[in-house]
Parts: sequence; C-alpha cells; structure tokens
Amino acid sequence: MSSNPQVADSVTHAPNSLLRRYVFSTDHKIIGLQYFFLALAAVTIGVILSLLMRFHLVWPAAHLPFIAGGIMTPEQYLALVTMHGTIMVFFVLTTAPQSAFGNYFLPLQIGAPDMAFPRLNMFSFWLTFLAFVVMLSAFFVPGGAPISGWTAYPPLSGLGEVTGPGEGIGQSLWVASILIFCVASLLGSINFLSTTIDMRAPGMTLTRMPLTVWAWFVTAILSLLAFSVLFAGGILLVLDRVAATSFFLPAGLVVSGEVQTHGGGSPLLWQHLFWFFGHPEVYIAILPGMGVVSHILANFSRKPVFGYRAMAFALCAIGFLGFLVWGHHMFVSGMNPYSGLTFSLLTVSIGVPSAVKTFHWLGTLWGAKIQFHSPMLFAIGFVSFFVTGGLSGIFLAQPAIDTELHATYYVVGHFHIVMGVAAIFGIFAATYYWFPKMFGRRMNESLGKFHFWLTFAGVYCIFMPMHFVGIAGGIRRYADATGATYLAALQPLHQFMTIAAFVTAAAQLIFFYNFFRSLKKGEAASANPWNATTLEWITASPPPSDNFGGRFPRVHRGPYEYSVPGATQDFLPQHLAPEALGSANKEPNNAN
Amino acid sequence: MSSVASRLKSRGTASPAFLLAVFLVILVAATVYVFVARLYPAPPPISRDAVLVDRQYDLTLWVAGAAFVLAQLGLAWAVFRYRDCGQQASHIRGNVALEILWTFVTLLAFVGLGILGRNAWAGARFTPSAPDAIQIEVTTNQFVYTFRYPGPDGKFGRLDPSLVSAPTGNPLGIDANDPAGKDDIVVSELTVPVNRPVELLLRSQDVVHNFFVRELRLQQDAVPGMLIPVNFTAERIGTYEIVCTQLCGLGHYKMNGLLHVVPQSDYAAFLKREALVQ
Repeated sequence: MSSNPQVADSVTHAPNSLLRRYVFSTDHKIIGLQYFFLALAAVTIGVILSLLMRFHLVWPAAHLPFIAGGIMTPEQYLALVTMHGTIMVFFVLTTAPQSAFGNYFLPLQIGAPDMAFPRLNMFSFWLTFLAFVVMLSAFFVPGGAPISGWTAYPPLSGLGEVTGPGEGIGQSLWVASILIFCVASLLGSINFLSTTIDMRAPGMTLTRMPLTVWAWFVTAILSLLAFSVLFAGGILLVLDRVAATSFFLPAGLVVSGEVQTHGGGSPLLWQHLFWFFGHPEVYIAILPGMGVVSHILANFSRKPVFGYRAMAFALCAIGFLGFLVWGHHMFVSGMNPYSGLTFSLLTVSIGVPSAVKTFHWLGTLWGAKIQFHSPMLFAIGFVSFFVTGGLSGIFLAQPAIDTELHATYYVVGHFHIVMGVAAIFGIFAATYYWFPKMFGRRMNESLGKFHFWLTFAGVYCIFMPMHFVGIAGGIRRYADATGATYLAALQPLHQFMTIAAFVTAAAQLIFFYNFFRSLKKGEAASANPWNATTLEWITASPPPSDNFGGRFPRVHRGPYEYSVPGATQDFLPQHLAPEALGSANKEPNNAN
Repeated sequence: MSSVASRLKSRGTASPAFLLAVFLVILVAATVYVFVARLYPAPPPISRDAVLVDRQYDLTLWVAGAAFVLAQLGLAWAVFRYRDCGQQASHIRGNVALEILWTFVTLLAFVGLGILGRNAWAGARFTPSAPDAIQIEVTTNQFVYTFRYPGPDGKFGRLDPSLVSAPTGNPLGIDANDPAGKDDIVVSELTVPVNRPVELLLRSQDVVHNFFVRELRLQQDAVPGMLIPVNFTAERIGTYEIVCTQLCGLGHYKMNGLLHVVPQSDYAAFLKREALVQ
C-alpha cells in the first residue's frame, strides 16, 4: 500500500485529555458521533411531541404528561406542531444523515485523515448544539413555544405576542436558534465541499467516489445555497420583530382591534425566502439517504450499482431542480397563477431523476444475490417509501389538485413518508451498516430485523391512512375535530393512526436497547464484516485517530466491484493494486 | 472475518424475502382496495371547475396508481426472486438503452400530466371574472370571516383600519363619510345565487388566513396587504362549509363559515332583508 505524502504529514495523534478527546474534539469521527447522539436526543423529543399530539387528536379531554394544566389547550397543541416540525427537520433530518454520517464517513471513504478544517468542524457542532439548547428553551419561557409552525409565516410570526401565545419570547428564541443553526450548517457545508474537492486519496477520481460521497457533496452544495437564504430571511424577520422594520409586514394591520404601525412589507416575501430554503431542505434530508441506500443495496446484492454514472447524475439533477420548485408550496398563497404553472412543470420534472433512481435501485436488485441483513432491510424499506411518497407528490405538484389537497392531512402523509420516514430509514440503514465500524462491535441481527418489521409496517399504518383523511378533507394543524362538521367522520381513522403511532414508537425501544447493549456487549467486529469494497472497511473497527494508521490508501478502481467475473472472491476492494489481486483472491482477509 | 457473513448466509434468507414480498403485496392490495371502493371520497363537486379538478385527479390517480402497483410489486418480486440461494450475482453495470428509454417514459408521463393539469388550473385562475359576476368581499381576521356586498350602487365603501371596531358593529372599518359605503351589506355568512358567476375579493386584516370550500375544490389564502380575486359558479343549491386551512393562531381549528348557494329569488330576498337590517 502506498501512502500519500501530502496527507501523511498531517497525521495527528489523539489528544490525551478527556475533554479534548471526547468533548471539544477536532476528530471528524468524534464530531460525527456527537452529531449522531444530538440527533438521537432530538428525535426522541420529536417523537414524544408527536405522540402527545396524536393522543390529543383522538382523546382531547385526556390528562397528558408534560402538559402544563394537564389538558392540552389549542395553543399548546400548536406549540407542539411547531416544535415537532422544527426539531425533526433541523436537528434530526439535517443533522443525522449529513452532519453525523457525512462527518464520520466522508473522510474515511475518500481516504483522508480528517476533514479539511477540523477546528471549524468542532465549531459547527457546538453551534448546532447551542441552537438546539436555544430551541428547547422556548418551551420554558412565559407564553411557551411559538405557535406559527416550522414555516413561521409572518405576520403571525412577525408582530410579537399580540398575535398569540408563544409569539413573544418563544418565537424570538425560535428565530435565534434557526439563525445559529444556519451559521453552523454553512460552516459545515464549506468543510464538506473543501474536503471532497481537496482531500481525496490518489486515484480517487470523481467517478470512483462511492455514491454516499456524491450525495454528501451535492447536499453540501444545497446547504451552502439554501441556509444562506434562510439566514438572510431570518435576519429580516428579527428586524421586523425587534427593530420596527416592515420587510414582511404591510400597512393597515389590525390585530385584536389594535392598529399596527408597520407598513410597506410583503408577507409573501417571507414565503419565497423560506421555501427557497425549505424545498432544497427536503433534499438535504433525503439525498444522503439515497446515497446510503445505493451503497448498501450494492453491498448486499453483491452487485455493482446499476448505472453508477446515471445515479450520480440524478443526484446532481435532483439537487439542481430542487432550487427551481419552491413555488409549489405557494400555489394557493396569492402568487401569480402563471408562476404556479411554471413551478408545477418544474416540479413534475423532478419526478424524472427520482424515477431514474428508483429504476436503478430495482436494477441493482435484479439478478442479485440478496443478503437480508438489517441494513439491507431498511434500505429496501427506503425504496418502498420513496416510491410511495414520490408518487403521492405527483398530485401535489399540480396546482389544480393542490387547491383541493393543500394543507390537508394528505400533505402531512406525503412528506412524512417521502422526506421524514424515508430519511429515517436511511439513517437506520446507515446505523446498522456502519455500527461495526464506528464501535468495533456488531448489533444484534434478530433484534434489528424485528425492529425493521414493526417499524416498516407501523409507518405504513400511520401515514397511508393520513392520505385518506386528507382526500376526505381533514385539515392539518387543527387542535381538534370540532372546527367543521364533516371532520367527526374521520375520527376512527385518526384513532387507528394514533394506535399505530404508539406501537411504532414502542418498537423504537428495541432499537435503543439493541444499540446501547451492543455498544458494550455486541459481538466484536472485524475490519470488514460485510465484505465491502470501499475504503472505510480497510482500516480497523473503530478506526485509529488518523483513520488509516499512517498508511494512506491509493485507489485503483470504482467503489462497487462486486461479483466480478473471473475473480475468486465476490468483492474487489478499491485500494488493492491490480498486481496484488492474485494474492488477494486467495486471501480475502488481507484487506485488514 | 468472513465468518459472520457466511454464517448468516447459511441460515438462509428465504424467510425475510418471503415476508417482505408478502408485506408489499398486502400494501398494494389494501391501497388499491381503498381507492377502488372509494372508502374516503371527497364530497361531490358543485362547479364546472371542480369537475375539471376531479377529472385531472382521476387521471393522475390512474398514472400514479399504476406506477405504484408496478414499482412495489416489482420490488416484491426482485427481493423474493433474487434472494441469496447460493447463486452467483450477475455483474451488470447498467443498460444505457434501457436507462434512456426509462428516462423518456417518465418524462413523458410526469410532464404530460403537468401539461394536461393546466386546463383545470387555468379554468379557475386564468379566466377573468364574467362581466355579470357578483362581487363579494371576504375579510378574514383571527378567527372570523366577514362578507361584504356592495349594495345597490355596486360600489364598496372606503375602508380605514383605524375605524375597525367589532364591538361597535364596524368590524371592517367602513368610512361613514364615503357615500359608496352607506348601502354596503356586511354579514357573517356567505350567500350566493345558484348558477351565477361570483367573484370573491379576499383580504385579511391581521395574519394570513385561507378560504377553502371542498365542494368547489377552491382554496385560496387571504393575505394582509393584498386583494386576491377568485371566481366560481356554484351549480348546486345547498349549504357548504368554509374552513381556514392556513395556520393563523390558537383559534385556527375553529375558524369556519358557511356558504349558502340559493335560488335566484331567495338571493334577491336575502339582499332586500339585509339592506333593511344594516
């Protein structure tokens, strides 16, 4: 194995102090794990909030834990809506797939010793952590958490507590948290881009990068462009709230009988800025999952990814088109109807690279030798969700149909399946797949499978009926079903979904048990337990602090050389020189 | 090292493959059943535009439904057929002809749907209101709809935000000095004659609200600072619910109103009666 002199110089040794090693660490692997555990805490809170909401929707008079006063008020319900959405989108779906797994595995997969800017990396994490603390603190201030949803449309979010409880300090903390998060994400994306561009091992050409790396790379571009716009929008919202500006606030507002002193602003401006971020954000959440799923499908199919170049190209196409479709969130907002038509055609076009991905995943499975380990099951579940959620999106992409389904539970079902649960399945797949590498131990397979079956079935039981509720006119963000007479007929479906939600949430305890037990007692893992080809598997599990023990790899082939005809083993690792292959075939373990 | 992987393999992969396939088949069957049996239908449409929306919806349902069934069953077939039975996986890197064909098929299907969907959207949004359309102003505030008819003069009176006062009976802030406002009719429920074009002018006093009547398949935000026109012609007599779908504050869930579609004669009587009350 030849080493790369450039990176060999920068080999670092693990710091000795506990604080520098595990808390203020600059090691991308530790930072990746910090992001992972932050996301784990966030998803736990997010799920509890959703269970409280689901319970309240079905049994509105019941006494609930964590709820001041015991019985949930409409403003408490909306605070849960807001915080559930915000925590899940920012601190789970943005944090886990990109910041956690990207941080840990991007340098390993391209053969680098660390990220390009390790201190910046540490700073990004601690900013994200601060943002999380600020966000949670909104629960504990007078008035409580904001009630304007994760989209925070002004004037509701721009005028202070006159528009409702939680719109005072709570909403201010919300904006502050989002601004901090934006800075962290911008710094993180710069780090990802520099690392991918500059620090690839010799021989790691763009078309030899694993699709995971492609996905993290495209996602970093999206983060850079999207979070900067959200940051700008957030600053304007803060100014409207505290400095009496009127970016989003028009003249003549009368709230609760009081005339407001703003004038000249446009509420639609915020919607444009927000969704210019908000739609790419969907892809920030899902693209890394697509990368992980392609990677895992190939590994456990023992086949190359079907149409590797098309897959990389589709990632780029989805990322690019993702910036041109934000208006489909605004068909009924009062935007020019001709713009609506344009956004509609661009939105249905994004179905093309999405369908390409699905086709290629099926193509990867075709003629395969499928090994059903837990990560593979979650990857297959991802494909099923992506198909379902993608196709339900074709309805919402058409403004005429959106006028019927907009703001109904149909939308909630759609985006939970396609960007929520699909992304979560990507995270689960990644966790089961890379756990042996990260912790040097293996998770229990039977528990993993059990977790998969309950979650896969449970998720469909929660979110498929949600589409039906929406088609029948069930409106989202309603604190109870008394607002319109026809809503009562939908309550049995809501009951079914609530029960499914509790069962599915309970099934996650299996995951937690398996995860934490395996940390201590799992079977010891070898360097390459899945017989995989990419560079993270050639180093020890867990990897040393400089990743490759001072011997940096040179790359000789593409990332998915499985079942190559004529080879004596069914995988050819990227780093093995062609001349070494003869002996490698006889002795697969020398990958270690 | 290969121990774990090979040990798991020897246990056989038939059961997860079979379970997955069965699960996906059940998913497809249940979903198809719900749609074919129309278990959770939208209410019948009451306007021509709403019928167009339903037609486009049905067309999309056929296309997306077929894709859903084929993709999920294809997945079920692949995981079952290609489970590890000790065979050699085929080393296929792709199939350019098939990939290009697939790209064009989806492009045609999805963009085609989008283009066909234009008609239903254009009918409701691009067509200017008919010359004989009845203009009615809809004002939203937390958490109430207020409707204003221009009265016999056909003109709405001037509004002044500083005059808004719901307790004294002037929720819209109509300026008493403007003669055009003297005959304005302000009511809390929307009444329109059947088969007559109506132009609603949506405005909001405080935050963003929404006006949604399911039977009209019509949903439109009311945005402060904007006056947004929407057109419809209701063709079926009856009373329909108006709901707010845009998160507008703690009373969002109970912000609603009623749309009465009445015979022409009843509409005339309604205007006469309200003119006397105002």
